Amino acid sequence: MAKTIRIENVFKVFGDNPEQALALARQGRTKTEIVEQTGQSIGVFDASFTIEAGEIFVVMGLSGSGKSTLVRLLNRLIEPTAGRILVEGENINDFNDARLREFRRKDISMVFQSFALLPHLTVLDNVAFGLELAGVDKAVRLPQAEAALAQVGLDVWARSYPDELSGGMQQRVGLARALAADPAILLMDEAFSALDPIIRTDMQDELLRLQLEKRRTIVFISHDLDEAMRIGDRIAIMKDGQVVQVGTPEEILRAPADAYVRNFVRGVDAAAVFKAGDIARKTQVEVSESATRGCRPALKRLQQHDREWAYVVSPDHRYLGAVSADSLGRALKGHEGPLGLSHAFVSGVAAVAEDTPISQLYGLLVDSPCPLPVTGAQGRFLGAISRTTLLKFLDPATDPHGNPLPEPAPAAA
Amino acid sequence: MNENTPDTDPWSAAAPASDNTAASAITDPQGGPAALADAANPYDTPPPPSGSDAWLEAGATPSGDFLSAGADAPAAGLQDGGFQLHRLWDGSLPVQDWINQGLDWVVLHFRPIFHALRGPVDALLGGVEAALVFPPTLVMIAILALLAWQLAGGVLGVATLVSLAVVAMLGIWSEAMVTLSLVLTSLLFCVVIGIPLGIWLARSERAHKWVRPVLDAMQTTPAFVYLVPVVMLFGIGNVPGVIVTIIFALPPLVRLTNLGIRQVRPDLVEAARAYGASPWQLLTKVQLPLAMPSIMAGINQTLMLSLSMVVIASMIAVGGLGLMVLRGIGRLDMGLAAVGGLGIVILAIVLDRVTQALGQPRRDQRQRWYRRGPVGLASRLLQRRSDAPAHGGMSSAPGTPQAPQARNANAALTRAG
Repeated sequence: MAKTIRIENVFKVFGDNPEQALALARQGRTKTEIVEQTGQSIGVFDASFTIEAGEIFVVMGLSGSGKSTLVRLLNRLIEPTAGRILVEGENINDFNDARLREFRRKDISMVFQSFALLPHLTVLDNVAFGLELAGVDKAVRLPQAEAALAQVGLDVWARSYPDELSGGMQQRVGLARALAADPAILLMDEAFSALDPIIRTDMQDELLRLQLEKRRTIVFISHDLDEAMRIGDRIAIMKDGQVVQVGTPEEILRAPADAYVRNFVRGVDAAAVFKAGDIARKTQVEVSESATRGCRPALKRLQQHDREWAYVVSPDHRYLGAVSADSLGRALKGHEGPLGLSHAFVSGVAAVAEDTPISQLYGLLVDSPCPLPVTGAQGRFLGAISRTTLLKFLDPATDPHGNPLPEPAPAAA
Repeated sequence: MNENTPDTDPWSAAAPASDNTAASAITDPQGGPAALADAANPYDTPPPPSGSDAWLEAGATPSGDFLSAGADAPAAGLQDGGFQLHRLWDGSLPVQDWINQGLDWVVLHFRPIFHALRGPVDALLGGVEAALVFPPTLVMIAILALLAWQLAGGVLGVATLVSLAVVAMLGIWSEAMVTLSLVLTSLLFCVVIGIPLGIWLARSERAHKWVRPVLDAMQTTPAFVYLVPVVMLFGIGNVPGVIVTIIFALPPLVRLTNLGIRQVRPDLVEAARAYGASPWQLLTKVQLPLAMPSIMAGINQTLMLSLSMVVIASMIAVGGLGLMVLRGIGRLDMGLAAVGGLGIVILAIVLDRVTQALGQPRRDQRQRWYRRGPVGLASRLLQRRSDAPAHGGMSSAPGTPQAPQARNANAALTRAG
């Protein structure tokens, strides 16, 4: 069962006189000033947020921003200087040594950037390592470890040693070791950063797949924003030990909290993050299909609005098709009396679902004669995406809605 | 084993043997400062008998003159009389006297305690020696060669067999076994003391800071310096020989254990902690296994150093190959000395290769130790004999619960064959 982690006003100061540094920090001094004055280094500064049970929570930041410190506070590899960390309501800082070991063995496990597999043990023994520490009997722990190894598809390598495996496979072993005790919380410290890009994507898929099989609370540390956007349910962005912003990938892209975050997310491939529904607009003409309203009133409305296209929706707002002034005119030619709109539908206009990534729309939009209609749940018409809309979205000088950025931020490093 | 007159007074027995060494040991390193200390009467302590004092005097007096002249000049320049600076470094630290008095006092009051300490060491040493000497030479050679095969592989087993046969043919078998027992006993004590000490130093920065100079002193102090107090406290014979050897041979094991544990990758330590390892589990399941090559190198070094102490220890009536060398030198019988030396070298090479092979992480050998070497061979032979009537040979093994074992054994047999 996944668990919630609450972090309340957590500070971590490296140095032998943390109170002094904390006092200065509370006066609002910056990290650099505090280092200059006291020689103490602030690792994490007043972090407060909640990691919901079962979500993938990505902590992002440049190196030295305190993200690795933050994740080590969660299993107390590093003791916080101040503040509380509550796992499912229990303050882990109150744990004594025995309870802490119990917590680490059963509830929380960790995957490391360097894999940190024990070179003198076989892959299987490495995976069973946590269980061995917990005192689980060999007859129980080895099958359990084999099952965990099978989860990541490496069961045939059980008798090998870690250095006989490639980097990606080693990290799968690291993942299997973390899963072996079936913990509620998984800490991943730059787990995929040492892998090359294709393997990294594989591993991200693997993680998402494992998350589908059984939901765990995953705290994922990364400096790769694309990775964060890809796998994160929510993202926290850290700078100099402070948590600058917490939100979903879309929220962070759409409304960066400050210039730092905006700069940070500048390079991200927005088309991979945003979905069709995010940029669809309802500026087009909508006409309802009904017995009384046929082609003629529709054509009239188009001419009134000076538009070329109209989208036909049912009375309960489901998308039915698209008509153009041309197609309406052709249908009405030599026809007397009311005529149903369905006679004037333009062929080759297919609606896209609202959760289609924008990066998949390019080809569709090129082929489509009209702006792409976007539908939501039960075929509900949500709006359309024109070529102009897409170009505005892709323009890095505007925000995802096509508005110019408020201030020209300095070029990212 | 063959203690000389332990019940009468070992110290008096030691006197003639140590006279030579004692005098040179005491005056040799401290001769210079002592000469500086009181240039007026340089040797109020036991006057060295031989021509060595002429050398010392020749070396020390001019430098004493030079220093006192150098110290006088600025003092005179500053002011006459009053506080004389050169007094401060001219013998204000009579360490020589302190040590002599302190040692006398310890000897006077605590000798029974040190003698009591002899008991367990003596018993262990005697046991090891008896075990090595008791079996017939050929049997012992076979045992040791099989042991080397088991521990370090077939090639070394054969090499050991040949080397030990040479030792036996040289006619120095019993001396070699006495020396081996001394070395192994010292090694045992070094391991018992050295590895925990090394672990402690790796864990505590403060301990490391304080113990390191002690280790430096143990390694660099000339053996003759502590030979004398050890003899005064423990008497002469094999037990002080073991103690002197331990003093000399312990430091590399402590250092390499410490180093090995400190060099364990920090991310592995962190991973072990993250998975809930207690300090003891961290030590036994991560740090010690990963430090094992380094620790084995330390054991190897300790063995080599103990062997190099054998000749020096023979000066305090330790038997074995060292005594042969000492006697050979004393009688100008170079043949005797060379044979003794050859025995030491052969023992050293065999022990070195075996311990080095032990220190190599053996990844290619997937089998457990009891499936390898002579033990493995024996167990396979036994297994085959018991399998034969039941299954009609090894070929029927697959499919049965012992299948992987049998396959292993098969593979090993083909490899061995």
